[in-house]
Amino acid sequence: MAEMLPIKLTVNGAVVSKLVDPRQHLTDFLRIDLGLTGSHLGCEHGVCGACSVRVNGQVIRGCLMLASQTDGADVQTIEGIFEAGEAAELIAAFVARNALQCGFCTPGMLLTAAEIVAEGKLLDRQEIRNELSGNICRCTGYQSIIDAVEMVLLEKLKEA
Amino acid sequence: MSDSEQTIGASLPRRDALRLAVGRGTFTDDIVLPRMLHMALVRSPYAHALIKSIDITDAKNSDGVVRVLTGADLEDVCSPFIASIEFLPNMISPPQYALALEEVAWQGEGVCAVLAESRALAEDAAELVKVEWEELPAVVDPLTALLAGTPTVHRKLETNIAMIMPIEKGDTKLAFANADVVVEHSFEFGRQAGVALETRSVVADFEPAGRQLTVYQSHQTPYQMQDVYARHLGLAEHQVRVIAKDVGGAFGLKLHAYPDEMAAVAASVLLGRPVKYIVDRQESFTSDIHSREMTATGRLAVSGQGVILGVEVDILSAIGAYSIYPRTSVGDGVQAVQFTGAPYRLPTFKGRVRIVYQNKTPCGAYRAVGQPIGCSIIEQLLDLAAAKLNLDPSEIRRRNHLRSVDMPFKAAGGLEFSNVSLDECLTALLAKMNYDSLRNDQKKAQKRGVYRGIGLATFVEQTAVGAGLYGPAGVRVSAQEGCSLRLNPSGLVNCSTSVTDQGQGTLTGLQQVIAETLGIGFDDVTVEAGDGGATPYGGGSWASRGLAIGGEAARLAAIDLRNKILTVAAAITQELPENLTLVNSNIFDGSKCLMDLSELSEIVHFRQNTLPPGVDFEMNVTRHFVPRDFPYFIANGIQASYLEVDVGTGAIKLLEHWVAEDCGKIVNPLLVDEQLRGGIVQGLGAALYEHCLYDDAGQLLTASLADYAVPLASEMPDIHIVHVETPVSGTGLGAKGAGEAGTLGAPAAVWCAVNDAIRPLGAQVWKQPFTMAHVLQALNSKGSLL
Repeated sequence: MAEMLPIKLTVNGAVVSKLVDPRQHLTDFLRIDLGLTGSHLGCEHGVCGACSVRVNGQVIRGCLMLASQTDGADVQTIEGIFEAGEAAELIAAFVARNALQCGFCTPGMLLTAAEIVAEGKLLDRQEIRNELSGNICRCTGYQSIIDAVEMVLLEKLKEA
Repeated sequence: MSDSEQTIGASLPRRDALRLAVGRGTFTDDIVLPRMLHMALVRSPYAHALIKSIDITDAKNSDGVVRVLTGADLEDVCSPFIASIEFLPNMISPPQYALALEEVAWQGEGVCAVLAESRALAEDAAELVKVEWEELPAVVDPLTALLAGTPTVHRKLETNIAMIMPIEKGDTKLAFANADVVVEHSFEFGRQAGVALETRSVVADFEPAGRQLTVYQSHQTPYQMQDVYARHLGLAEHQVRVIAKDVGGAFGLKLHAYPDEMAAVAASVLLGRPVKYIVDRQESFTSDIHSREMTATGRLAVSGQGVILGVEVDILSAIGAYSIYPRTSVGDGVQAVQFTGAPYRLPTFKGRVRIVYQNKTPCGAYRAVGQPIGCSIIEQLLDLAAAKLNLDPSEIRRRNHLRSVDMPFKAAGGLEFSNVSLDECLTALLAKMNYDSLRNDQKKAQKRGVYRGIGLATFVEQTAVGAGLYGPAGVRVSAQEGCSLRLNPSGLVNCSTSVTDQGQGTLTGLQQVIAETLGIGFDDVTVEAGDGGATPYGGGSWASRGLAIGGEAARLAAIDLRNKILTVAAAITQELPENLTLVNSNIFDGSKCLMDLSELSEIVHFRQNTLPPGVDFEMNVTRHFVPRDFPYFIANGIQASYLEVDVGTGAIKLLEHWVAEDCGKIVNPLLVDEQLRGGIVQGLGAALYEHCLYDDAGQLLTASLADYAVPLASEMPDIHIVHVETPVSGTGLGAKGAGEAGTLGAPAAVWCAVNDAIRPLGAQVWKQPFTMAHVLQALNSKGSLL
């Protein structure tokens, strides 16, 4: 086995110091070492988006990044985002619109959707569809997700 | 407490949705047990080969490895399994083993299991297992599989033909001879994968001292799996408990007993330690059931008025290397024939399905089993006939639909109908989509050289299948659903059901049925499901049954509990039970509120001594329901697709999609609509993208999500829904199923729309999925229509 590497990073606001296997990807680290099971592994080759997490403010695929690359990084997962109340309107819209069924893709989908909402631009439905095309949902057929994101975008713009 | 009135029929959001959205679901891979081992498999790299030897020396000595198991090691722990049907004694079905013994019959069949301290270490060791193979000829092409002289898929088989089933009603020969118009078409349907985003997952925990096996599994039916594990691992049924926690999509693919999961459970029994096995995405593509690989020819005879005189269909269904256990793999082909023309009055019908084995991944039930094939065939034939007769596609359908006056009706393929609303659905659909103006839009576009097409697809969906199907087949699958209700000391109700929910929202539907029937608030009911050891025995989730059957069990249980509550309330208040009602958790005598439910609950739980002697204080009920008087409920509807074909590139752009659907009484419109939309998108994926491609040696070429394309948000249209609601009479609830309607009709609608678009160019597609290459092939071969 390769030598373990020490990393120190912030996860959902708390400092974490761990030794990691150099080959371990970020999602395995979050799930196995930290018990943050809200990020899911749907393909482990960067296609499905279920493992999406935020690293230094950007949504990335946890399965395509090594844990050892996150030394010094600020990582946010769905658990932290929910606890911080950050995407509350979006999460409420997903629930109200039934924009999830099995819920396996949803944490990743929500992170991407939150990024769209944070951009603050009013997108039309096709543009929202394009933005969300890096996250596969096999249950909903996407329309309810588009509806939920559109609802929140319109609401935000009304407020502004 | 909240309002209990009119809960049934309300668009209430799901109680589980928030928990799942914010990552607090418990999927099987989230479960971690003490001393848990992780399993990785060595799978066959060949489609067909003999295992000459297996050398596990290096693997055994690899870091963190606890045990390396071969087929021979598990043979004594787990008996072989053979999928059979008692009334089809001539059906050929080879035995399967948890791990292959001497021969592998598909690329991906498991041969060796490594158990180690982590999955990564197990995979490291799996790479060190040395297998000496002798490659055998692989039978890949279904037509070749049929031919005499072709090698067999398994050495021990004498033929590759699993079964041949003919169906005949009336004299089609005569009907075709007398027809004004006869049309004919050949069809190819690509092999598909189910692609649940959460791959198949199992954590098996055998406790050797008490010999208790607990299996956490991402599965649709824990009860079936308890039966399977007990019988094949030599345990008594009450020693086995299967628990399905949150399940990340299932769609039929998590309905079966897979050898790799059997291996993980058997390994736990052998080692006396928990074993986790999570199928990775590549393994998922090579080992989850596939489905729908069929070719067909269809012929339709109609009169000059467009009335159907006869249908002939011949289907070749290829099911891979084994018939999947325990339900078999023949259902796809059988239902494809049975559903060809099922929504219409067919005076004569001649059908045949031939089902063959091949050295590919085994097939099994995937959402809508065979029904989309039958639907696509007849809808295409109708459009061809309509074009010849210069009839509008909607008109030829209306002239042949089954109608209420035809009820009850037994179709040529054997389907039994008790009610239909096809014409009502057609009328509703055409209005919803502004059919006439859409036809104008299509014409105008064509003048600009833009080829748009409208496709209609009438469908009937077999839902809520009763004991008449698996019982006589000798397949140990229960068609009943059960519901236990208990009033807790706070006056709230705990429900425990055999229905399982993989995101459909069925449990929310049950909550609504219970709340309204009982007379309490929606939020006053919690529903537990998925634990085969702690819930009433039942089927789980398959064939669109949850609410139709499980909802009726819930309704019956709620009626019984309400009666018990009112009886004890009468004893407490010294009134007559028949004068009392339970509304919004309050006991009323007429308009006078006598007491609230929490008060009553306290008495029956803590102050039983105050009750008059003999008064029943036990506020628990369990009811089961199984369809006995009817075989199933046929739901029905019509879908429409509007799309554009780029005749230069062959690209298809979906513009809009509609469905008019009748699933009987609707308990929750929000959830039903999303079942339809999700189902439709899976059907659109089938029509346009999804295809398990193999090379001639039986190697799967599409074993990643980058190669097997599922629909993405950007490619999908908005889907408009209109409901027709015809409650069924067989239950008090009146609900039919709705889970498969979308997947069933969407490919046919697209099929018809694409050909509608390119018919002016004299071309038509015949091969699903309609890739750009195939559309161009169709456009280039125009004039030589199949």
